[in-house]
Amino acid sequence: MSAISELSALRSGGGRPRTPEEKAALRRENNRDNKAAYLFLAPWFLGLIVITIGPLLASLYLSFTRYSLLQPPEWIGVQNYLDMLGDSRLHHSLQVTLTYVVVGVPLQLAFALAVAVVLDRGMRGLPLYRSVFYLPSMLGGSVAIALLWRQMFGTDGLVNQVLGWVGIQSTTGWVSDPSYALWTIILLHVWTFGSPMVIFLAGLRQIPVMYHEAAAVDGATRWTRFRRITLPLLSPIIFFNLVLQLINAFQSFTQAFVVSGGTGGPADSTMFYSLYLYQKGFGQFQMGYAAAMAWLLVLIVGVLTAVNFLLSRFWVFYDD
Amino acid sequence: MTDLQESPAPLAAVPQPARPRRRPGTSLTRSTVKHLILIAVSLVMIYPLLWLLVSSFRPTDVIFRTPGLWINDLVIQNYTGGWTALAQPFGHYIVNSAIVVVGAVAGNLFACSLAAYAFARCRFRFKTLWFAIMLITVMVPIHVVLVPQYILFNNLGWVNTFVPLILPKFLATDSFFIFLMVQFIRGIPRELDEAARIDGCGHGRIFLRVMIPLMGPALATTAIFTFIWTWSDFFTPLIYLTDPNAYTVPVALKQFLDATSGSNWGAMFAMSIVTLVPLFLVFLFGQRFLVKGIATTGGK
Repeated sequence: MSAISELSALRSGGGRPRTPEEKAALRRENNRDNKAAYLFLAPWFLGLIVITIGPLLASLYLSFTRYSLLQPPEWIGVQNYLDMLGDSRLHHSLQVTLTYVVVGVPLQLAFALAVAVVLDRGMRGLPLYRSVFYLPSMLGGSVAIALLWRQMFGTDGLVNQVLGWVGIQSTTGWVSDPSYALWTIILLHVWTFGSPMVIFLAGLRQIPVMYHEAAAVDGATRWTRFRRITLPLLSPIIFFNLVLQLINAFQSFTQAFVVSGGTGGPADSTMFYSLYLYQKGFGQFQMGYAAAMAWLLVLIVGVLTAVNFLLSRFWVFYDD
Repeated sequence: MTDLQESPAPLAAVPQPARPRRRPGTSLTRSTVKHLILIAVSLVMIYPLLWLLVSSFRPTDVIFRTPGLWINDLVIQNYTGGWTALAQPFGHYIVNSAIVVVGAVAGNLFACSLAAYAFARCRFRFKTLWFAIMLITVMVPIHVVLVPQYILFNNLGWVNTFVPLILPKFLATDSFFIFLMVQFIRGIPRELDEAARIDGCGHGRIFLRVMIPLMGPALATTAIFTFIWTWSDFFTPLIYLTDPNAYTVPVALKQFLDATSGSNWGAMFAMSIVTLVPLFLVFLFGQRFLVKGIATTGGK
């Protein structure tokens, strides 16, 4: 080991008496580190203040005001929050978003996990399969795919044509029928299972083969091995995916916006929370109300993430 | 670093009598069934994309009658017509998008690598606190900073310029990439920077001469992800770019819905393909880095 790493070990807890020269050298170096670090972090700090924390506090303030960009903000106390309590459209948008999150996220993760497990290591064609499954998640966020979805699930769209091919005559306009429109967007979300799948694949590679071999020798079936070995060892990664996907899903916007042509329709069935927020803030310029809505979103996402972390104690297994 | 390679099997060469021998027949059947299922799923996954590509060469009325992938009469009018269907030729929006993407990539590479180096290699006051804050900002929904940010950029007169889309990247607001690079730098042996330090290098020189050359894969991953996300980003341009001349590709593409009330699907499909091609190429050539990068941040 080099001198500096020994010095650092010493610094962290060593009780050896230091000579004044050593102390001075240490202080000098610490000082240099400190200065350099804050220089390196300068852009990040600036961003943190100007782009993140400043706006965060400003939006908290704005959420207690009425503000249309034209006149200065007018303090109205908790009125926005009270209005939100009585805003049935907002409640509906929450319901839509929750359905999307509660159905879409687990479904996508389950699919990702299932495919990742089937894609054994070293199997023939693995890179090709991985690319094919991964590609949609790289394209799925784009407007082009959302437009494609709008066509596919339209009255004369691809889906109905294919159904007609196999002898099912369907004239349902999936995106124009309030009972199906949301499900087409959930399907789009599941279609992009590739990126969690890639994370699962990497996690599966870290599980030692011998665990499975030993279990197999003892007569464990594939299903048992999956439940008793794969799942527990993969649980930290499942957890990671769950937390991130949950946070992202709450904010999804583009697909619903494009599929519904910006309206959240039909009959508000694809009125995602962020879409409603956008309409309030940038359609009707009720900036105060939009800020209050944003803070409710932070609260919901924060609480859910915290619950997620608390629950993780019961099912996430750390093999350290 | 997460090891993506197959873990070496030290016993592979040695015969293993203890291992239960599967009957080859069952194994073959199982493997065939597995491949058949995988191929079926792949086809379902990829079919819409292939169909989109093929349909972009069909007249609009044929698009709505033909679920198959064969082409009887190939037309390129969708492309020529679609290119000029909007207020500006489509190339104009591609240039706009390219400017934003290049700016965003440069910003993320610059600011995130600097911040990551500090977090991974420097000792400084409140480091743990700042690091925690950095991780938390990954999870803050953009909506909560959106309104004040808009007001700020609006007051500075930057609405309808690309500044609001690029500047935040130079301020390392995509903390996800900081985290990715921190993870990567932690995997680089400390002996390398210590050697440089003994030779008299300060942090600046160590960063430029030692770290940056070694960080290739992490920088590539960052560049590729930034490219894909910025190129597809719809929300930010929708808010900041209201002048059609400033539209980036996704906002321009969405205009096909408004302008033609959804009737000119051929042109819309053709331009959709145009916007997907760069994504596809980046995916094709950068996949290695994407897989590696995503695995690095996703691992334990």
